[in-house]
Amino acid sequence: MSSPDQLIIFDNVSKFYGEILGVNRVNLQIAPGITSLVGPNGAGKSTLMNLMTGLLRPTRGSITLLGIPTDQPERLFRKVGYCTQFDSFPKGVTGREFINSFLLVHGFNGKRANELSHVALERVSLVEAADRKVAGYSKGMRQRIRLAQSIAHEPAILILDEPLNGLDPMVRAETIALFRKLASEGLHLIISSHILHEVDMMSDRVVLLNNGYIVAEGNIHGVRDEMEEHPMQILIRCDQPGKLAAYVFEQNHVVEARLHDDRRGLFVKTRDADRFYLMLNRAVAAGEVNVESVAPVDDDLSAVYQYLIGTSGGSA
Amino acid sequence: MSSAIDVAQARSGKMPLHWGLWLRQIAAIFRLEIEKNFLSRRSILIYLIALLPIFPLALLALVTPPGNEWRDFNQYSVIYSIIYNALILRTLIFFGSAWIFMNLFRGELVDRSLHYYFLSAVRREVLVVGKYISGLATSIILFTTTTVVALLLLYFPHFYSQSARYFTEGRGLSQLLTYAGITVLACVGYGAFFLVVGLFVRNPIIPALLLYGWEWLNFLLPPLLKKISVIHYLNSLVPVPVSEGAFAVVADPTPAWIAIPSMVIVTLLVLILAAYRIRHMEIRYGSD
Repeated sequence: MSSPDQLIIFDNVSKFYGEILGVNRVNLQIAPGITSLVGPNGAGKSTLMNLMTGLLRPTRGSITLLGIPTDQPERLFRKVGYCTQFDSFPKGVTGREFINSFLLVHGFNGKRANELSHVALERVSLVEAADRKVAGYSKGMRQRIRLAQSIAHEPAILILDEPLNGLDPMVRAETIALFRKLASEGLHLIISSHILHEVDMMSDRVVLLNNGYIVAEGNIHGVRDEMEEHPMQILIRCDQPGKLAAYVFEQNHVVEARLHDDRRGLFVKTRDADRFYLMLNRAVAAGEVNVESVAPVDDDLSAVYQYLIGTSGGSA
Repeated sequence: MSSAIDVAQARSGKMPLHWGLWLRQIAAIFRLEIEKNFLSRRSILIYLIALLPIFPLALLALVTPPGNEWRDFNQYSVIYSIIYNALILRTLIFFGSAWIFMNLFRGELVDRSLHYYFLSAVRREVLVVGKYISGLATSIILFTTTTVVALLLLYFPHFYSQSARYFTEGRGLSQLLTYAGITVLACVGYGAFFLVVGLFVRNPIIPALLLYGWEWLNFLLPPLLKKISVIHYLNSLVPVPVSEGAFAVVADPTPAWIAIPSMVIVTLLVLILAAYRIRHMEIRYGSD
């Protein structure tokens, strides 16, 4: 059990914009690692991030990050970096000046600020463009320079609002690798994204939001396991799918079995995946079928998103 | 090296107060802001405002207008006092300060760049101080220069040798310093007011015009109400008082030893209000 000094804690947090709901009754405890906020537009992802960083103040409830309340920016931002979605910059600055000037505002001396700026620029592969004006950067470069600015002071918590937007596939892969590296160094990474397969690939846990409410949270497979109203769908590649189908229909937890179009596999929907796997093991051990592969078909974020939120979610 | 220690201490959360860190942060904010104040596109208007009295005075340097008062050296202190009061103090410094100080925060809300400060490990009160000092430096540099150049431009082209003696041996230098001092005080007072207006009001032009009207009508107000203005205290310090007209309600000028501390105290209170506002401010660019 982590102590409050190691967690990001939302305690019954609500935020209303006048009469419009931002988020409602949010209770969350986020441990180190990569946590993704997922939900359709207007779900409350950015509101949650802005609340976490004190850019917004909760209407009700309280938020602490590693034990620090969000209304103390002078303490909070020693430990927190936030890369927002606002695609705007102070006028006339170069990439290096942009990072450097806010490190000086943090209180670092000139020499240390220069060192930290350079390290941050290297991490986002922008050293060569560092002395060009930000106004002349492409969208992807502007995204990266904001990312560099948010990590330059070496925060323990990094909050990233749609950080992969505008990045080309190569830089996207590099950036995800960077996130993984930062998470392996013990950082908290809170990431919002529409790109479900990337979230699925990099997240340790997800928080699914819809209409300002948290609809699910936790490890994505754990969330999927708890959704009893949606039977788990499993694809079994084997030599005799017809025979296997007859066999699985005898199990009362199996609700559907359907042959794959190529007749070399069987889709099974079961309410109890553990019992199904046990049964399959017995069948294989008894020599009833030769199984090539077994894989859950809807055990990913996209499926969970579809079941809980009712749309297929974005994919780009 | 000390800054690295400060930041490390702050990172561990064991740093209650640290003046050294705050001063360094104020200096960093000042550098960023002063560059914006002098070199951004918005600063063009400020240069034009600061040059406002210089153009007519440069013309007057070439052509002496008709009228005996323009041929009498002794009248020049009165002429400058009128120019200073009507043009420099009430118009140029007023609107110049409005533009500079309102833009310190309002401009960044419009540009959607204020969040970078809010996401830095800096007390928001320190941010207010840093921005205010940068606005003050900008307005003081520009408007005291205008005050001094306008005075010299009035005197020297017409009465060079008399003016030289007036400024080296006579009362000229003390008058020049007094006007410069009033300009500084006006920047301090109006600056704080407009900084706060820019924080509270989405369209600051309306309160600026209301204050402008109040300041212009000050001569008609009863003595007690006169004191609820900036111009009353500034006028009390002018070295060559000018008549405010037949309809003016006469009130005793406030002595300098009261006027100056009063302005400074009110300014501090207004800055505390600004700091409170900034401490509780949210970033919602869509609604700003």
